[in-house]
Amino acid sequence: MPNRSLLARALPSSPVAATTVLAVTLLFAVVVPVMNAVVRDGSAMHLPDYIIPLIGKYLCYAILALALDLVWGYCGVLSLGHGAFFALGGYAIGMYLMRQIGTRGVYRDPILPDFMVFLNWKELPWYWYGFNHFWFAALMVMVVPGILAAVFGFFAFRSRITGVYLSIITQAMTYALLLAFFRNDMGFGGNNGLTDFKDLLGFNLQARSTKLALYYASLVALALALVACRMVVATKLGRVMMAVRDAEPRVRFLGYSVTSVKLFAFVLSAVLAGIAGALYVPQIGIINPSEFSPGNSIEIAIWVAVGGRGTLVGPILGALAVNAAKTYLSAAFPETWLYCLGGLFILVTLLLPRGVMGLFGEIRLRRQNAALREEAKHA
Amino acid sequence: MTKLVRLLLVLAGLLLAPPFATYAQTTAPSSEDQSGEQPPDQDMGTDTGDTGQAAAPAKVVPHDFASGVAALNGDTFDDKIAAVTFLSGLGDPRGVPVLQALAQDRLFARTDGSLIYKEGDAYKDALTGAAVTGVKPDDLSDVTVNNRLRGILQGVLGQLTLLSPDPQQRIKAAQAIADQPTPNSVGDLTKALAQEKDPAVREAMNKTLAVLDLRSPDKARRLAAIESLKESSDPSVRGQLLRLLDGEKDPEVRKEAQKAADAISSRLTYIGIGVDLFEGVSLGSILLLAAIGLSVTFGVMGVINMAHGEMIMLGAYSAFVVQQAFHAFLPAGVMNAYLIVAVPVAFAITALVGIALERTVIRFLYGRPLETLLATWGISLILQQGVRSIFGPDNQAVANPDWMTGGMQLIGGFTLTWNRLVIIFFCFAVLAGLAALLRYSNFGLHMRAVAQNRPMASAMGIRTGVIDALTFGLGSGIAGIAGVALSQIGNVSPNLGQIYIVNCFLVVVFGGVGSLWGTLAGAMSLGVATKFVEPFAGAIVGQILVLVFIILFIQRRPRGLFALKGRMAEG
Repeated sequence: MPNRSLLARALPSSPVAATTVLAVTLLFAVVVPVMNAVVRDGSAMHLPDYIIPLIGKYLCYAILALALDLVWGYCGVLSLGHGAFFALGGYAIGMYLMRQIGTRGVYRDPILPDFMVFLNWKELPWYWYGFNHFWFAALMVMVVPGILAAVFGFFAFRSRITGVYLSIITQAMTYALLLAFFRNDMGFGGNNGLTDFKDLLGFNLQARSTKLALYYASLVALALALVACRMVVATKLGRVMMAVRDAEPRVRFLGYSVTSVKLFAFVLSAVLAGIAGALYVPQIGIINPSEFSPGNSIEIAIWVAVGGRGTLVGPILGALAVNAAKTYLSAAFPETWLYCLGGLFILVTLLLPRGVMGLFGEIRLRRQNAALREEAKHA
Repeated sequence: MTKLVRLLLVLAGLLLAPPFATYAQTTAPSSEDQSGEQPPDQDMGTDTGDTGQAAAPAKVVPHDFASGVAALNGDTFDDKIAAVTFLSGLGDPRGVPVLQALAQDRLFARTDGSLIYKEGDAYKDALTGAAVTGVKPDDLSDVTVNNRLRGILQGVLGQLTLLSPDPQQRIKAAQAIADQPTPNSVGDLTKALAQEKDPAVREAMNKTLAVLDLRSPDKARRLAAIESLKESSDPSVRGQLLRLLDGEKDPEVRKEAQKAADAISSRLTYIGIGVDLFEGVSLGSILLLAAIGLSVTFGVMGVINMAHGEMIMLGAYSAFVVQQAFHAFLPAGVMNAYLIVAVPVAFAITALVGIALERTVIRFLYGRPLETLLATWGISLILQQGVRSIFGPDNQAVANPDWMTGGMQLIGGFTLTWNRLVIIFFCFAVLAGLAALLRYSNFGLHMRAVAQNRPMASAMGIRTGVIDALTFGLGSGIAGIAGVALSQIGNVSPNLGQIYIVNCFLVVVFGGVGSLWGTLAGAMSLGVATKFVEPFAGAIVGQILVLVFIILFIQRRPRGLFALKGRMAEG
């Protein structure tokens, strides 16, 4: 269908898919908030207030999973450092939120955040300049992870570091950042990170309306990210990405620049992860170095694997399902959560290498084949 | 058994010792500070000490031991100094505990004016040393000391202990005099030196005499002193030389002193390098132990085992369990042998766990390294939580056996601790054993054959599945042994493995996958590099720098230091 526009190709093609997408969108955009705000307290259908930021958090994780799927599922690059891009985006918005606290902090310093006063710092470090403007922080949310990914990716892809080697050095990258952000001297609050946020663009973060707005922002961001990723994979560039995933040397011999293709996917993915982190932090109310821990980054990979890598929708479902299960299990049976997560890692890799979406795809394929055979028999 | 181990270690220590022996003479840096700060005070002290004695006839003249002790509680500090100087001149050994008590604020006056000192919980009479009972702390008043008096006391005590029967005490006394000389120090030392037989003590005394000679008005003696101190590696000697330079007018002496100070400085630099090197090798050997099993599974089998850290953790817990079992079931006499038992136990347990994992999970994932990575990460989570459920989330302490506690004291502040030394040698023994196994045993041959060309090895009748399982078991078992070693230098907790896993992978990748010697070189260079960067940058920045360095290095040589060549490298 060469005449269809890129955007048209990014939208669902079949009526079934379109209905599903519409239903899911309605569920998150209308049903959940209505069940929270309109249904009265005490009813079985009522959702308590904490649910809104909680689902908002899952939506941010879904964006993060989508970002990893773009590089892993479509370009064959398993980054175990995506938690770092997520955390950097979170720190960028966190710095803005810290500057907004102003004189309402414990030490009432109009410029310096509390932890700097506590550490006896006399003036703001240069890299904190500009973060009192929202537009600057919003820009940095994308630019900082983007630049890190570009520099790191350029060197790694240029020297043809592939497969597990790349996974290991991305893990080393996030580990190094973890150690660095733990230091008080870095000027990012050390161990405690950034917290005690008051308001965003003048809106009180504790207010219900602000939380709802952030929830919608996450939902819209997820939808836009999904459409953007579908557009990317539908282009010729997207085809080359998949070709790199399947047979990198052949693509290189055909004259494509594998380095730039991978770099594009990696940087785009890092920027998406940064945006996810920036939406996550105001809803959670804290960002600290533990977000950089290698374990977090590996967990993202399992969301993608559960949903089905290389499917875009799958990782979103995977992130939502795994995190919902995590919230439920770690509250109800705290001992068992790690067993379940570990078991999930093993079962998915052994039994569901293409994830849940892959399972659906396979079932559909079998049905089609059966139908074809039926037709052939009758013919 | 323990004696044998100790003997081996002493021998090994002797081999290692020469580079550090010079460091040995380093006394604590504080002595340098003291000698730097004290002088004016102390000169004053000695002066007033003399005048005190001269002026003494007007007051109670200390004329025998009893009156000397009584005068310690004199009205002014000058009186006390006079008494201390008098007692030191008497050379009565009974005075030593009294003066020590005074120096440590343990000397008290009773209401009747007699002096007693406290030793432990008991009180003793200052004159006779006999125990005194029924003392009420309320009835006692402190015999006060000021800094000047304290300084003099140290020097005096040094002189009195010069004749102590314990050679260690005599050496300490000689060193103390160098920092706190009194006017009769030279005489006392010369006297003590004349009857001294122990060569180590003689050396210390000679050195102190030379330090004292630096202040001699006689130019020839100063030059001779510089000459004899030139070979020292003691920062306090350097301090004395620099002090001499401050006031010295004679150009020839100045030149010699400068030369000697420079020589000591450069020697101290070398010693510093030696210490960093030892700590680096120690860290490297820990990294090597932790990474060597990974080198087998990752290098030989191409399996990314994220649960490797948990194998180390399981090994450490095995050591803990063996320790508890010894504690509960065996007599205390054999307690020291628990570690020897823990090594094979840990190997067996972790090897069995490894074989079980290979058979149930990993063998289905060969050729899919990224999936293996995720599955083994899942295994690691389960193992961690399992251990947490059984043993609890808290740190467990695994005690060092007696033969691993303490260390080899190389004169001065530097100690080679036994546990670090044992781990270094243990690590090399494991490496040698593994290399020999791979090189000379049938199993090793099969393992290498499967690693190089699986279908061909299979065609030659090697049961590749069995070899895979055994190889994985071997790698895991070595991780278990590493865990036993790590339990000796830190706490054992369910998160133990997580601390090492990133570093282990970096060591293997840096050294070159599939090469034991690469792993050795990788671990040692990372360990030494970390320790050399640390003094300049601090521990965490040092580690970050090393991580960044590896990330950059892998860009240049994606296959590590010791890259395999030929067809194998393409696999």
